[in-house]
Amino acid sequence: MEKVWIITKRELSSFFDSLIAYVMIILFLGLSGTFTWLVGTNVFVSGQASMQIFFGIAFWSLFFFIPAITMRMIAEENKAGTIELLITKAVTDSQIVWGKFLACFLLVLIALVCTLPYYITISQLGNIDDGAVIGGYFGLLLLSASYISIGLFSSSLTQNQIVAFLVALSIGIFFQLLFDVIGSSFTGAMGAVFNFLSMSAHFESISRGVVDSRDVLFFFSIIILGIIASQVMLSKRNWQS
Amino acid sequence: MSIVVENLTKKYGDQKAVNDVSFEIKTGEVVGFLGPNGAGKSTAMKIITCFMAPTDGDVRLDEYSIHKDQDIIKRKIGYLPENNPLYLDMPIVEYLRFSAEIQGVPKKDIPERVGKMIEKCGLDREKHKNINELSKGYRQRVGLAQAMIHDPEILILDEPTTGLDPNQIVEIRKLIKELGKEKTVILSSHILSEVEATCDRILIINKGRIVADGTSETLRNQAQGQELLTVQIEGDPEKVEKAILKLASVEKVISQEGKSGWFQVQSKPDASSRKEVFDLCVKNKWYLLEMTGLETRLEDVFHQLTK
Repeated sequence: MEKVWIITKRELSSFFDSLIAYVMIILFLGLSGTFTWLVGTNVFVSGQASMQIFFGIAFWSLFFFIPAITMRMIAEENKAGTIELLITKAVTDSQIVWGKFLACFLLVLIALVCTLPYYITISQLGNIDDGAVIGGYFGLLLLSASYISIGLFSSSLTQNQIVAFLVALSIGIFFQLLFDVIGSSFTGAMGAVFNFLSMSAHFESISRGVVDSRDVLFFFSIIILGIIASQVMLSKRNWQS
Repeated sequence: MSIVVENLTKKYGDQKAVNDVSFEIKTGEVVGFLGPNGAGKSTAMKIITCFMAPTDGDVRLDEYSIHKDQDIIKRKIGYLPENNPLYLDMPIVEYLRFSAEIQGVPKKDIPERVGKMIEKCGLDREKHKNINELSKGYRQRVGLAQAMIHDPEILILDEPTTGLDPNQIVEIRKLIKELGKEKTVILSSHILSEVEATCDRILIINKGRIVADGTSETLRNQAQGQELLTVQIEGDPEKVEKAILKLASVEKVISQEGKSGWFQVQSKPDASSRKEVFDLCVKNKWYLLEMTGLETRLEDVFHQLTK
């Protein structure tokens, strides 16, 4: 665990040194702020003291931002050869992957913490459903963790960051949108399977404040699967050229 | 700490990069891996440092095996990979601190270790720079510093002097020699003079196999066989040549073209013709102007073995 934290610290400071962190936080706040407060069906138009609009925006903006943070995590090390240096230090492959995962997760967490003023403001405007807010944030965190783990896996496939970004988006879009669409065009067992795979359905039920163990299990399975797949890609060197 | 390599094999597809290699390195030895490009030097090093698992075979450091005790082995080894990859966006001091932490140096010792490495590797003037602002030579020093930061018992350096200017090469060699007094060092190179200057022992690797193993002295002697002299004698060249050929210890005389009075004299196996040539000159009152033994150079040994 200590080793994981050392790697996380390095990755985090590299986020902040390279401005990625600031750009990401500012863009995220700008985008979600604009849509929550200024344009479209914003808080004032809907006339409800609810964070649902923000969660809906964050659901999509995180989908695009997360691959942008995860794309360099392993791909860059593969390209520069620093992965060799890192692996030959006294760490295991799994500590490396978890360290990187945690760094991305903390960055997203920081971005989300920055949106807490939204909650404070809205709660002054009317009666806000605290359960739904907590559920919504919890859902966003689970969603982010899932996309981070998918992003890390994509990054471990290649030396090219652009490829990593695109692969992460294409895997992501299935969970974000396509499984939902496919699910609704099937009936019976097939439809149920695709509906279960859809990220949006799980996210919606959690963000309503209903934390169902099936939803949580769904997100955790994706996280664990992504992490394991990244580890497998990382240790590929042991049995391949 | 001693290193025992047993029947090590690593396959890349059908190709065997390392083919059934076994050797032993004793504590405190400085060993050079010598070989042409693609001979398997780096692959062997990557296996010893636990970067890759071998297809077959084992490497043991004292009682620890790379198959079971990776964590301990990684902590005992300091490794400078080929091309010296570094996190370019980090400041030197930060980077060294990170390396120390991750190698398990106790928190309270870290500032001292980092300071020591900066001093030892001559990084003092540059220490506040980012690594990407450094020239290649300084980056190489950072690479060495991170390899030694946790005071490992074994140092594995993959081509430590590539890309350095002659002064820096001399400095790095000096540093390696100094380290070799207390640590086991393996370094690879395809520069012969470098290996000869720094290593106690040389392993020549070709096509994944060890083709020679010994000190530069023994390797030369192995390849040498017969003594070869170059002599310059003032006198009638034809007479001189005939007279030398008649000597008991001489097998062959070649007069050198275009240079009158110069001969190459090859002795019979296990014999030296120096004294007889000298006596001959004295007897005939010829002037012996020059006599040089031709030493087999390591280059020739290398060339012979890796053809």
